[in-house]
Amino acid sequence: MTDSKYFTTTKKGEIFELKAELNSDKKEKKKEAVKKVIASMTVGKDVSALFPDVVNCMQTDNLELKKLVYLYLMNYAKSQPDMAIMAVNTFVKDCEDPNPLIRALAVRTMGCIRVDKITEYLCEPLRKCLKDEDPYVRKTAAVCVAKLHDINAQLVEDQGFLDTLKDLISDSNPMVVANAVAALSEIAESHPNSNLLDLNPQTINKLLTALNECTEWGQIFILDCLANYTPRDDRESQSICERVTPRLSHANSAVVLSAVKVLMKFMEMLPKDLDYYGTLLKKLAPPLVTLLSAEPELQYVALRNINLIVQKRPEILKHEMKVFFVKYNDPIYVKLEKLDIMIRLASQANIAQVLAELKEYATEVDVDFVRKAVRAIGRCAIKVEQSAERCVSTLLDLIQTKVNYVVQEAIVVIKDIFRKYPNKYESVIATLCENLDSLDEPEARAAMIWIVGEYAERIDNADELLESFLEGFHDESTQVQLQLLTAIVKLFLKKPTETQELVQQVLSLATQDSDNPDLRDRGYIYWRLLSTDPVAAKEVVLAEKPLISEETDLIEPTLLEELICHIGTLASVYHKPPSAFVEGSRGVQHKRLPPRSGSGESTESPEVGQPGGTGPEATPAVIPSQSDLLGDLLNLDLGPPASGSVPAPTSGMQMGAMDLLGSGLDTLMGDDSEPLGGDIGGSPAMGAGFGGAPAVMPASLNAPVGGGLGDLFDLGSSMGMTTGAYVAPKSVWLPAMKAKGLEISGTFSRRAGVIQMELSLTNKAMSIMTDFAIQFNRNSFGLAPAGPLQVLTPLSPNQTIEVSLPLNTVGPVMKMEPLNNLQVAVKNNIDVFYFSCQYPISILFVEDGKMERQVFLATWKDITGENEAQFQIKDCHLNSDAASSKLQSSNMFTVAKRTVDAQDMLYQSMKLSNNIWVLAELRLQAGSPNYTLSLKCRAPEVSQYVFQCYETVLKN
Amino acid sequence: MIGGLFIYNHKGEVLISRVYRDDIGRNAVDAFRVNVIHARQQVRSPVTNIARTSFFHVKRSNIWLAAVTKQNVNAAMVFEFLYKMCDVMTAYFGKISEENIKNNFVLIYELLDEILDFGYPQNSETGALKTFITQQGIKSQEPYGCGTSHLQHQTKEEQSQITSQVTGQIGWRREGIKYRRNELFLDVLESVNLLMSPQGQVLSAHVSGRVVMKSYLSGMPECKFGMNDKIVIDKQGKGAATDDSAKSEMGGSSGKQSIAIDDCTFHQCVRLSKFDSERSISFIPPDGEYELMRYRTTKDIILPFRVIPLVREVGRTKLEVKVVIKSNFKPSLLAQKIEVRIPTPLNTSGVQVICMKGKAKYKASENAIVWKIKRMAGMKESQISAEIELLPTNDKKKWARPPISMNFEVPFAPSGLKVRYLKVFEPKLNYSDHDVIKWVRYIGRSGIYETRC
Repeated sequence: MTDSKYFTTTKKGEIFELKAELNSDKKEKKKEAVKKVIASMTVGKDVSALFPDVVNCMQTDNLELKKLVYLYLMNYAKSQPDMAIMAVNTFVKDCEDPNPLIRALAVRTMGCIRVDKITEYLCEPLRKCLKDEDPYVRKTAAVCVAKLHDINAQLVEDQGFLDTLKDLISDSNPMVVANAVAALSEIAESHPNSNLLDLNPQTINKLLTALNECTEWGQIFILDCLANYTPRDDRESQSICERVTPRLSHANSAVVLSAVKVLMKFMEMLPKDLDYYGTLLKKLAPPLVTLLSAEPELQYVALRNINLIVQKRPEILKHEMKVFFVKYNDPIYVKLEKLDIMIRLASQANIAQVLAELKEYATEVDVDFVRKAVRAIGRCAIKVEQSAERCVSTLLDLIQTKVNYVVQEAIVVIKDIFRKYPNKYESVIATLCENLDSLDEPEARAAMIWIVGEYAERIDNADELLESFLEGFHDESTQVQLQLLTAIVKLFLKKPTETQELVQQVLSLATQDSDNPDLRDRGYIYWRLLSTDPVAAKEVVLAEKPLISEETDLIEPTLLEELICHIGTLASVYHKPPSAFVEGSRGVQHKRLPPRSGSGESTESPEVGQPGGTGPEATPAVIPSQSDLLGDLLNLDLGPPASGSVPAPTSGMQMGAMDLLGSGLDTLMGDDSEPLGGDIGGSPAMGAGFGGAPAVMPASLNAPVGGGLGDLFDLGSSMGMTTGAYVAPKSVWLPAMKAKGLEISGTFSRRAGVIQMELSLTNKAMSIMTDFAIQFNRNSFGLAPAGPLQVLTPLSPNQTIEVSLPLNTVGPVMKMEPLNNLQVAVKNNIDVFYFSCQYPISILFVEDGKMERQVFLATWKDITGENEAQFQIKDCHLNSDAASSKLQSSNMFTVAKRTVDAQDMLYQSMKLSNNIWVLAELRLQAGSPNYTLSLKCRAPEVSQYVFQCYETVLKN
Repeated sequence: MIGGLFIYNHKGEVLISRVYRDDIGRNAVDAFRVNVIHARQQVRSPVTNIARTSFFHVKRSNIWLAAVTKQNVNAAMVFEFLYKMCDVMTAYFGKISEENIKNNFVLIYELLDEILDFGYPQNSETGALKTFITQQGIKSQEPYGCGTSHLQHQTKEEQSQITSQVTGQIGWRREGIKYRRNELFLDVLESVNLLMSPQGQVLSAHVSGRVVMKSYLSGMPECKFGMNDKIVIDKQGKGAATDDSAKSEMGGSSGKQSIAIDDCTFHQCVRLSKFDSERSISFIPPDGEYELMRYRTTKDIILPFRVIPLVREVGRTKLEVKVVIKSNFKPSLLAQKIEVRIPTPLNTSGVQVICMKGKAKYKASENAIVWKIKRMAGMKESQISAEIELLPTNDKKKWARPPISMNFEVPFAPSGLKVRYLKVFEPKLNYSDHDVIKWVRYIGRSGIYETRC
């Protein structure tokens, strides 16, 4: 006789029949009937009408029957609270049963019945069971406290169950300890601020002892709880790690992952030079690799976690590339994850192998997998420069296969390769163009259009190609439309004569016929730009793009830290913080890694980074994601919504547009090689942004965004301030957040032989600030304030004052890293604040830096080649005279000029305040925007900073 | 923690539904069916998030097991638990099938009540569970074998013994086991994986091995397991103390050679802290069959076979293939179940095969020539040659030449692992290590054993 028959009763009047059977005198018949009821319940039938009859069967010696009735009760008690009370007596009685299994069963079931009236009766039996002599009952009761807490938290606190539960952590039975820990952890999660689980060294010791003895599940509970503890110092951290490492050999992958979590977290506290730190790193790799021989679902969880671990500590698995090679029989989710990790681990050492594998994968069947493999090849090219050539040729091979999605994917990545290695692989453009017709995905189309626009001057029929896309403009996706707009504007700027019609066509399509605000606004901006000042347009649209970073899809550091604290859990599988997918109060707490000990004075976590003012270069350019790369202009993070910032009504715009454009054209077409004198006021980074560059703005631009946009619109007015040395705009050095409301921004200048530190102090706090003073740390060139900081009036809230602080170079000297770093302390009535900033080395160029010609020649020959450095200055459109005069105003003097084969060579000299001479040769090729700069100096470490000055001066 | 557990058949009908947490409602059962089981495309992830509810699933034949939660649970634990649950069910009633689950649904509910409390996994060792969840599983073949015994017949001592075992430190073994003959079997099972270049260069090779033990021992025996682990041997070599017990008593190995183990994991009965500090493997084994340890090695692997491929394209419509296999182990040993699989192009129209040994056949449906040899001694060589006729195609894509793969079974451990000893101490009962009958067996099988051509 089997149980399956219970699933098949579907007659009418079934409930009635069951009722009769439940009330039968025969035990066997009763049991059969209850089984039928449970079967119906399982498949979703409503059998709640039988409640009293089933409850009547509860009083029985038959344990199997009792369990069935309990199961029924747990399901239906809530819908029949009044009837459920009938069961209470039996529960209370069972809690006194001599058989511990029955006592435990009763307390376990009672906790699952979510009826207030019953909960009240539960308290007394629960209290007894928590102190039961039998560990089986105690461990069940421990979980029951968590159940009760879920129903009525207040009751649990009032009844003092939490204290009893805490006592159970010291229980002699390891399983009781483990369940108590699990229950407490869960309760503590919903009380983020209680110190319910006040972990101290004593309790930790108890937990570690229980860890060795309890079941695999118990070990997981304990390890997960340990991970929440923050050791007092690195020694304690080490001793815990030592006791946790044996768990790495456990057969249960969850135990291993939880142990890894504890180790990854506590390792953060160990000093890196400690021997043990190295040992620990080595110990982590083998168990992680072993996880990959588990069942596929666990492999998936492990791989998602390894992905995090590799980002946090790449050194652990850097030699284990091979184990991530995809196996033919792996499920697709495992394959995709392995591929991700392979790219992260790719390096010069293993690139050949990786590439060979990726090539194999690109011929597999699963479309997603193949796409990812192709994309991975591109990523390898960007990551490992030595392999770029091979990657490109592999991609070309793949394009030859003519498999549609492979071709499209390849084109998308080739675009990134172009970005990373400009002027290197453009020879393949012809091959790409052949496949134009087969592209049907927006991303691939957009990438191809970008390539055509970017290299318009090298593609003979660029205008035809783009025109062909233009025909179906309205059917394209926004991504493609935006890219097409930009590409045609680029084309126009490069070949103005032939493409006038085209650009007008696209501008009117974008501005008049489109409903998309992003597209319209970008259209208007280009239109205005082109009509107001085509030269400026060229600077903006064709500006040099920031380099793209090697790593993509990196998880943002603070999130990564949080996820490391959640290794093994769902959060680490989703790569999202728990708050993103858990409802209610649970999991809202953000976990953080402990700070590394040994850096006592700094309480910031290492990721917080340096204070502001390190300059835009400090912000790495990251491709946020493939789709954002071609992202629209308005995604540029400009703060205020830019859609409203183009005020011109459409109709008026149309009217004026024609001739505005016409007049602009003259300038462009007049003589293309003419030096483009005059400065453009817009900041270079803004320009780069408009060129279709990724939407990452340098930090310093976040504040004056409104102004930035404004600048763009009246480019004309800010032109022509070529006189005087270039002074960089002020950038925020000390954000208000870090200095109790005091914000300091500033820049450096040199006026009439005196170095000035120009400061803007802004009070963003609520109270008045007084008593300002300033001091410098020792620095490379002995910069020191020549007088006190002149802030005479108190600074009231929201007020800003501008101060100029004259500096001299007679202060104490200490070499800084970087050389031009300056550490500053500012004091006011509230506190002392520290920040560091970097000054352009040009402020140190003294006025008598012009060397005699003969001396120059001799010195140039005298300085050996080792001390010579060469640099490229790109996209600079000055002729030699303009450059020379510009440089002169910054005390960079031209000693001589020579012209050979249409190449101008400027020989220049400058002298630093500490009497170091720097000699320079600046080579300008007519018609090329790239200059070559050779610097010779007896102190070669300054060369790089001098080059930076050249770049800023020449480009501004 | 786990909020609920559902078992479905392949149609998505729910067979078992047990809800542990209030935040999981009945609609979760349907959500999984609609979004995962009935979804048309292939399963893209074993974890699915539907409306802020996470579903973990594993599939056994055509049965879906799904764990549901709304919290940030330990995902690795949930999967480990699902596997464990499958093991427990298998131990009770055999294969996991719709029929078996329906036949045993009451038992499954009882088990679920015991091994998962409020979503927290509890002791799930079959050995322990069987002491108090005593319903015998009903296997589909024997529909009348029903038997239930009840706890109320147990004595008080028995009851407390059960509870102390379930919660105790040795949850995997009950006390009072008695055998007339104390006997144990050790199986060293290895799978050797290889990827070799056409020139015979090893691209990657590793062995993943398992030590499976069947123990029929009385009482609570304390066991100590020793193998030729390099770290242990080196340590002993340094100490120069000739430990008598270290001498091989079973494997017949001299203990001279040792192997480097990359990593190993152990059954929960092994005292891990002791392994960590002394690298000794000591434990009280569960009764019956279980997996004592798993390990992985990559160094000095004995590759039982070498495959030497030769593929020649004769014009556009003909391929000549010659494959030599060489066995590389002691001549006295015999390899079995040898199978070589030589892939052929998709446009193959006919194949002629000549082989010296065994049988070879072209299987058009698998696009391969399959060459089978029943037995082959060590240090031998055999050869197959084939002529493959091709249909002319205008497909530009070249044939990708998939690797030649091989299957076999050999009576030794390709990693070189040797069991040095397995000592048994049972202080309370009167049998000693010498009275225990011990058996050791080594089996090496091919994992993914491929040679590119």
